[in-house]
Amino acid sequence: MAQGSSSEAFVEFERVQKSYDGEKLVVKDLNLALPKGEFLTMLGPSGSGKTTCLMMLAGFETATHGEIRLDGKSINNIPPHKRGIGMVFQNYALFPHMTVGENLSFPLEVRKLGKSEREKKIARALDMVQMGEFKNRRPTQLSGGQQQRIALARALVFEPELVLMDEPLGALDKQLRETLQFEITELAHRLGITVVYVTHDQTEALTMSDRVAVFDDGRIQQLAPPDELYEKPQNSFVAQFIGENNTLDGVVEEIGPNSCLVRLDDGELIDALPVNVTDVGQRTRVSIRPERVESNIERLHPDAHTLPAVVQEFIYMGDTFRTRLKVAGHDDFVMKTRNAPDQPRLKPGQEIRIGWLPEDCRALDP
Amino acid sequence: MTDSATTPPSQPMAVLPGGEVTEDGPMLAADGRPLKHSLNRALRREKLRAFLLVSPLLIFILVAFVAPIAEMLFRSVENQIVSETLPRTVVALREDQNLPEEAPGEPVYEALYTDLFIAAEYKSHTRLGSRLNYEQTGLSSLFRGTGRDVGRFDTDIYTDQFIEAEPALEDPVAWSNWMADEEIRAALPQTADVWDAWVKLTVEANEDDPLEEDVEDFVYAALYRDLANGAAPAGFPDVDVSGFETVSIKALFEESDEDWVDPQIWQVIETYSPAYTDGYFLNSIDMMNGPDGDAQMRPDDERIYLKLFWRTMWMSLAITFSCIVLGYPIAYLLSTLPLRSANVLMILVLLPFWTSLLVRTSAWKVLLQQQGVINDTLVWLGIVSDANRLTLINNATGTMIAMTHILLPFMILPLYSVMKTIPPSYMRAAKSMGANDWTAFWRVFFPLSIPGIGAGSILAFILSIGYYITPEIVGGTSGVFISNRIAYHISSSLNWGLAAALGSILLALVLTLYWLYDRIVGIDNVKLGG
Repeated sequence: MAQGSSSEAFVEFERVQKSYDGEKLVVKDLNLALPKGEFLTMLGPSGSGKTTCLMMLAGFETATHGEIRLDGKSINNIPPHKRGIGMVFQNYALFPHMTVGENLSFPLEVRKLGKSEREKKIARALDMVQMGEFKNRRPTQLSGGQQQRIALARALVFEPELVLMDEPLGALDKQLRETLQFEITELAHRLGITVVYVTHDQTEALTMSDRVAVFDDGRIQQLAPPDELYEKPQNSFVAQFIGENNTLDGVVEEIGPNSCLVRLDDGELIDALPVNVTDVGQRTRVSIRPERVESNIERLHPDAHTLPAVVQEFIYMGDTFRTRLKVAGHDDFVMKTRNAPDQPRLKPGQEIRIGWLPEDCRALDP
Repeated sequence: MTDSATTPPSQPMAVLPGGEVTEDGPMLAADGRPLKHSLNRALRREKLRAFLLVSPLLIFILVAFVAPIAEMLFRSVENQIVSETLPRTVVALREDQNLPEEAPGEPVYEALYTDLFIAAEYKSHTRLGSRLNYEQTGLSSLFRGTGRDVGRFDTDIYTDQFIEAEPALEDPVAWSNWMADEEIRAALPQTADVWDAWVKLTVEANEDDPLEEDVEDFVYAALYRDLANGAAPAGFPDVDVSGFETVSIKALFEESDEDWVDPQIWQVIETYSPAYTDGYFLNSIDMMNGPDGDAQMRPDDERIYLKLFWRTMWMSLAITFSCIVLGYPIAYLLSTLPLRSANVLMILVLLPFWTSLLVRTSAWKVLLQQQGVINDTLVWLGIVSDANRLTLINNATGTMIAMTHILLPFMILPLYSVMKTIPPSYMRAAKSMGANDWTAFWRVFFPLSIPGIGAGSILAFILSIGYYITPEIVGGTSGVFISNRIAYHISSSLNWGLAAALGSILLALVLTLYWLYDRIVGIDNVKLGG
């Protein structure tokens, strides 16, 4: 998609690098462009450079190299308060000495808006997050979820076109997080604002975003819509980082355009989709999602390669069964099956055969 | 259901096992007692333990802090020395009609004669003289001089005439027998009183046996007064005193020192004869008890304390203010720096803390004096001429400079610990909303740092209002505080009552300011960190 330079990009990073100590690059050669109205999530483990990218965009960190553009204009030398970017912080950053109304009024006052106009906008923003009657409360009198709603309203009240969110739901409990995930996405799409959202929670990233940028080691490992990210990871890191994943190591034995044969380290042969392998004899790590493992091998193509497996553990999880298998010398191979009438309930020690469709098993970098 | 099994069926749900809530009646514990009782019993041990843990400190504070303060408050009004040293005089003065226009009548002098005679034996008259000298100069030497004379007063004419009329009156053993007789004592009240005092004096002060000593003249003088009043007790030698030659004791005193007939002297003695006095407090605010007994301002040239209190106040305020001005930027810098560099800078802030106060103040003396480092540098730079070197020490400027330096850590530490708790994201949030650096600081950071300013100001102000060493060393005359005056009265003039009164006023002042601060800013707004 719109990776790299694009004429219609609203936010654009071009060859951006960042180093704090002059020895190590925290962000290495970042290129990213997002169109107006997109909800983009930066996802990655801590220390992967995602928050640094957000802070450079907000103006609290300066890029060591490269250019950041907003709406076609370079903003490298524009101080944060002139960028007009809304921001929501992990700890909400509501000013404790001001009421909710005064907090919302702050960005409007520094923009020298008249009192009546301020009142109108504050009321609208509070209604937007269903917090209309909390205008005269102090932030400390509100629950975490309510505070985050106010923080959101405050970031939106001056109608910025770009809003940055730095792990805004990190401090909330699971249920509240899910409600707010939905509300934030809905609000962002309704208002048509562009959102750059930073999180380390992959569920959050997958459920909320139009596209997700997976960060690791200062680079974007993959930039793709959630479904593509999950189903078609481009490398081992993304495959491991997003969702649950089984991996097996081996060597490429035969390679074609749409499938390849991989000889595992214990000698078994399996089918896989070549993603990061090009030549016979290359070492590879194949990745299979637990729910794509098939224990009923009659459903597979008759020529498909299958593997023997020994059941280690069978866990009943209600809607699914989770079976831990010993496969090719690894005893942490997980298979997830739907709880269906024809689905057998396996017992530990039972020997079965498993297989999968070649396109579900991706041969990636070792 | 062991408990509820015993409850009558008419109220089947009144008590549930385990102390569950019932509709009516108090909550009950599992054993059927009211829950509150059980809770109190359970907590009693805890409370006792806590109390035992704090008790050493509590005792220490009571003994070393509360008791001295109570003692000080008491000393500032206590004035028993006059009524203890001159008990008879005080009583006689109360009945005297002559004051304040003229000197009191003869009975007062007769009482004073006895009192002073005894006081001179105990040598307590000099202490009384020093005490009264605080109120009226000259009284110390008056008491001292007359104390020497009083033993030689010519009152033996009574002794001689009595012994001549009745030789038995010379015998102390006979005296002691008479004075053991209740009827005689009742008939001769002054004699009995003076006799007791003489016996006590002989035993205590002179360590002699009164039965072997000559009876003192003042006992005969008292006997003359009793008999002249018409007493004629049974069992006592009947002596007709109507023909006796008399002597005016007032004249004797006047002869010793003519100040004794000055009504003003007597006015002072009368004013300070009650056991408690407001004199010290009046003195503390440059007032005094006037001749008519009303409080009035002292003469202009004797006023000093109000000026000192006022100076202590405004200089403490100025010092606190300069601490804020100098300390705030440093605390801000410390709070924004990474922890490592902040710790290094913090050591620099604390370093003066670890140096002796006396050393630091003396160092200022080296720096600030006219031939000192600062003046030398300024002259060398040509900013001031050699003839016009700045006077930076032994005045208010010196006190301000040195005290600001000494109290600065007390301002920086609370400021820093409060600023440290202000998350940097607040400033970022403000900037992301369009506020420039100054607006973000002034609207967001500064209001949140006010509790630190409050805590630092209270610390610095209260410390400086009672400061002693620094003003003493660098303050000269125009830079000393009220505490220096208190120290002077404690160690040099030995007027502890006045020192206590000044100290009490200082204490009240601090408490009042603290209360005002609580009313205006709110003590909840004071944070030392966290």
